[in-house]
Amino acid sequence: MRQPGALWGLAFILVVCLGGILAPLISPYGPGGLDERRILESPGWSHWMGTDGLGRDLFTRVLYGARVSITVGIGTALIALGIGTVYGLISGYIGGTLDHLLMRIVDICYGLPDLLIFILLSLVFGRNIAGVLIALGLVTWVRFARITRGQVLQAKAFIYVEGARAIGGSHTRIIVRHILPNIMAPLLVTLTFSIPAAILAESTLSFIGLGINDPYSEWGTSWGTLAQDGWRAMRTYPHIILFPGLAIFLTILAFNFLGNGLRDILDPKGK
Amino acid sequence: MTRFLLTRLFHGLTVLWVVVTLTFVLMRVTPGGPFDRERRLPPEVLANIAAKYHLDEPWLKQYARYLKGILQGDLGPSYKYLDRSVSAIVAETFPVSALLGFFALVFALGFSFPVGLCAAYYHNSWADRCCLLLATLGISLPHFILGALLIWLFSIQLGWLQAGRWEGFTSVVLPTVTLGAAPAAYLSYLLRSTLLETLAEDFIRTARAKGLRESAVLLKHALNNSVIPTLTVLGPLSAALITGSFVIEYIFAIPGMGRFFITAVTDRDYPLIMGVTLVYTVILVCANLLVDLCYSLVDPRIKSC
Repeated sequence: MRQPGALWGLAFILVVCLGGILAPLISPYGPGGLDERRILESPGWSHWMGTDGLGRDLFTRVLYGARVSITVGIGTALIALGIGTVYGLISGYIGGTLDHLLMRIVDICYGLPDLLIFILLSLVFGRNIAGVLIALGLVTWVRFARITRGQVLQAKAFIYVEGARAIGGSHTRIIVRHILPNIMAPLLVTLTFSIPAAILAESTLSFIGLGINDPYSEWGTSWGTLAQDGWRAMRTYPHIILFPGLAIFLTILAFNFLGNGLRDILDPKGK
Repeated sequence: MTRFLLTRLFHGLTVLWVVVTLTFVLMRVTPGGPFDRERRLPPEVLANIAAKYHLDEPWLKQYARYLKGILQGDLGPSYKYLDRSVSAIVAETFPVSALLGFFALVFALGFSFPVGLCAAYYHNSWADRCCLLLATLGISLPHFILGALLIWLFSIQLGWLQAGRWEGFTSVVLPTVTLGAAPAAYLSYLLRSTLLETLAEDFIRTARAKGLRESAVLLKHALNNSVIPTLTVLGPLSAALITGSFVIEYIFAIPGMGRFFITAVTDRDYPLIMGVTLVYTVILVCANLLVDLCYSLVDPRIKSC
């Protein structure tokens, strides 16, 4: 099956990841390298994306920002996957009253305004990458729990699972060897779609000033914060918001294309 | 059906209670307090402030007081705006946010029905592909980028529309479109796929076989049966509109609840944070209840939960 969109998406994601990892090698400037002689320069040969109000090279800042977005995106998705899968496995596999109770909790979590809860949680855990990761993970796990549970219920009814139980396979063995491999596909698709959702949430909150608050980090500044810097100067220097904005948009788009492709390959019925 | 609705109502009330309790606990365990300033206040002053807002009482008593207040429609005093209560602030800002959300919803529905119908009618043509591409773009484009783009184009470059405040038609268009774009894209995509599914059903073949025009088949037979699945997303959609309205109100300087929430978080104005969260949850719960109600009215097959 040919999936040009998914391949382009994957290629772009790899470029962004490499850009973030190799940022110090690619760019001759540092992420915090102030230079008062080159304030607010337009894009040109020495500064591909121009410079910001403090004379920092915008291309460098966008490269370093990729670290934040990709870490938050993939990290959140993995945390949510971890919590949600275990929760859904327990609920679906054991079943009965426990399943009923656990799913009621999931129902309630679904009814919560998640962005608000995320903002409140990130106040508790601190406005740094780790805090945002935990807070976002705690908000997004429910989706994984629901999907895992539904899939486990289906898988439990398969003949070979019944067979594995009949020949005396332990619960761990049945779960790890027979159920998990069969529910991987929908989980992988959900994982791919929750990465851009997390990137979107993080950059949006950073943009309105409620996200990662770490202005002097050598690790990198969130694309949302960069866009916020550009927002204030948009009337006169539109390039400062243009490039971080493009970076966010294209990265999210790439992940969504990848997710669409994966879904079509792994789950042809779900289109 | 009554039983089903009662269950849903009970579920909605549970969600509300969880949100109240959760926000209460989260606000209490958050490091730092509302009265932490650059310059430390004398302990006597702090003690007085704590006594005034009952912060010196045990948690359980504060919680009971807060619950009692909510039941009476009193969301407590604001720590930041000393002359106004949280209920007064909500009463003042809520209509603005609600209107913005309503406009965006109307825009999304008005956009998605023609586009979705068109895409399904011309299935696999360029119009259909455009619809698919539009849906992916709409989901991937963050509000603040779309907003900035629209402001740059229509306000700064062309000077047609106003990019700030909330007064008159020219100031309403850009926020509405920015907030409604993602739901519009998503709804068109959803309507298209449900329509295509319905068009493959037997009764559509019957309708065609008896010689109905294709437009009548699409508008009468297919659309009627595709609206219901589309209706179910109005619940999650209202959640998306709520979270979106935050950013929109921030970007366009609209005096709605979302803007107050953002400043309340930075000010650690706990009662205001809790009040606004509660109001948003009420809207969300009501939207979900409304969807359940419509659903059970339109489709009599749904009886139990």
